Amino acid sequence: MTSVKLGTYSMRISTIGYCLKQGLKNIWRNKMFSLASIATMSICIFLFGLFFCVVQNFQYMVKEVESGVSVTVFFDEDISQDEAAMKEIGAKIAAREEVEEAQFVSAEETWESYKDIYFAEAPHLAEGFANDNPLAKQAHYVIYPKDVEDQNSLVEYLESVEGIRRVNKSVEVANILTNFNLLVGYVSVAIIILLLCVSVFLISNTVTIGIAVRKEEIAIMKLIGATNSFVKAPFVVEGLLIGIIGGAIPLGLLYLLYTRLIRYMGGQFDNLAGLMQFLPVDQMFRTLLPVGLALGAGIGFFGSYLTIRKHLRV
Amino acid sequence: MIDLENVTKAYSTGNHALNGVSLHIDKGEFVFIVGDSGSGKSTLIKLLLKELEPTSGTIKVNGINLNKMKQRAIPKYRRKIGVVFQDFRLLKDRNVYENIAFAQRVVITPTKNIRKNVPAMLSLVGLAEKYKSYPKQLSGGEQQRVALARALVNKPNILLADEPTGNLDPKNSKEIMKLLETINERGTTVVVVTHNQEIVDQMKKRVIAMHRGVIISDERKAGYIQHAN
Repeated sequence: MTSVKLGTYSMRISTIGYCLKQGLKNIWRNKMFSLASIATMSICIFLFGLFFCVVQNFQYMVKEVESGVSVTVFFDEDISQDEAAMKEIGAKIAAREEVEEAQFVSAEETWESYKDIYFAEAPHLAEGFANDNPLAKQAHYVIYPKDVEDQNSLVEYLESVEGIRRVNKSVEVANILTNFNLLVGYVSVAIIILLLCVSVFLISNTVTIGIAVRKEEIAIMKLIGATNSFVKAPFVVEGLLIGIIGGAIPLGLLYLLYTRLIRYMGGQFDNLAGLMQFLPVDQMFRTLLPVGLALGAGIGFFGSYLTIRKHLRV
Repeated sequence: MIDLENVTKAYSTGNHALNGVSLHIDKGEFVFIVGDSGSGKSTLIKLLLKELEPTSGTIKVNGINLNKMKQRAIPKYRRKIGVVFQDFRLLKDRNVYENIAFAQRVVITPTKNIRKNVPAMLSLVGLAEKYKSYPKQLSGGEQQRVALARALVNKPNILLADEPTGNLDPKNSKEIMKLLETINERGTTVVVVTHNQEIVDQMKKRVIAMHRGVIISDERKAGYIQHAN
């Protein structure tokens, strides 16, 4: 006979089938309460998913921004046109442990990129400077630290190097983003915990009503000699199913919405593409799907298990 | 088979439902327990089902001391005891077949055995044709027969019947009693709690009469009247 070990006793496959069927019947019998529980669970998991997407995307964007965080170094006027002297200092900087990369940008390259940005719509205006680079003394190094946290010590070092006129840093942007990210994270966690408590409460209510409706049946079961687990199983199955259904619906909805959002943002706001890098759908749902479903199933399971334990001292 | 030794059951209100009751029922016996309301009959059934704990005294069933039985051993113990009630206690949302199969599912019987056992039980109680009917489509007598089939399907060695004819007319009562006798003849110990005087007089079985929690008489092949009053 096919049997599986479940807790302290073995259960036949047919019994598991019976419990599943009874769990489904319970849901059907208390249609309105089951629907209310599924709806609340769906809202909770939907909001969870929403916050999850926001936090994940924020983290992703911050990471992207952090990887672009750099320090720009300009040189003293007397050496600002002496490429060899500048490169000598550059080599010294590049040799530092906290430096990932040090890129030399010559005065010509600086002028070219300046022109691209500011004279893009009227290139003829820049022609007057053809033989007289106004940024002749703006050759510089762009230095990428290995870690954003190393930036402050790196800047301190750079400011002490002889021949360096100015150090531009962009660490504030990353700091603001990181702090905001943390804030979003904390608020999300607080709201999610609140919603989860509401879900547990509602599932508990549904199961309590199921127990009240089936009081006589439970009494008969106990008199016939049903074990505690046999009496409890259909209720736990009921909670578990409500949890899984209440998890699957919002996750499907979120998948659709997220895919559309990314497509829409990509199409409508081309210029934001560099700033707002969204986490790809498959990468997002690789984590969100199992976490969301496990959360739904977990709330359903524990919500019903604890309730039946409380109400059925069998 | 069933042994009670100086059993007392007092409720928190101070009422003594049973007061120093001692009795012995042998394997295969058919016993009536008679008495007025409040005589302690139903408390006795509840003690035997281990729904209640005695305040003092010892209860032994099938050689097991119920006082020492652990909570988790109760389901297994109850599987050896069939029970029927005055109000039948059938599941109203399930048909006759499912009501009986339910008792088998509870004790985790394989489906193929259930398919064999349930029709056999229905034939025994004479309801083979009505396996698809729902309780509300059956008469009181038929419902009690379904309850009997459910109590017997797990092959208990003791059958406890608490006022089994309480809701039935004389004709149906007689038929249920006949069925209980058949079951008893097949080897099951039958204990019937009743105040149906006519039935007790007709059956000529052992009768234990109770009054205010004590046994006032215990005689074999007896009638009701001489003991209850």
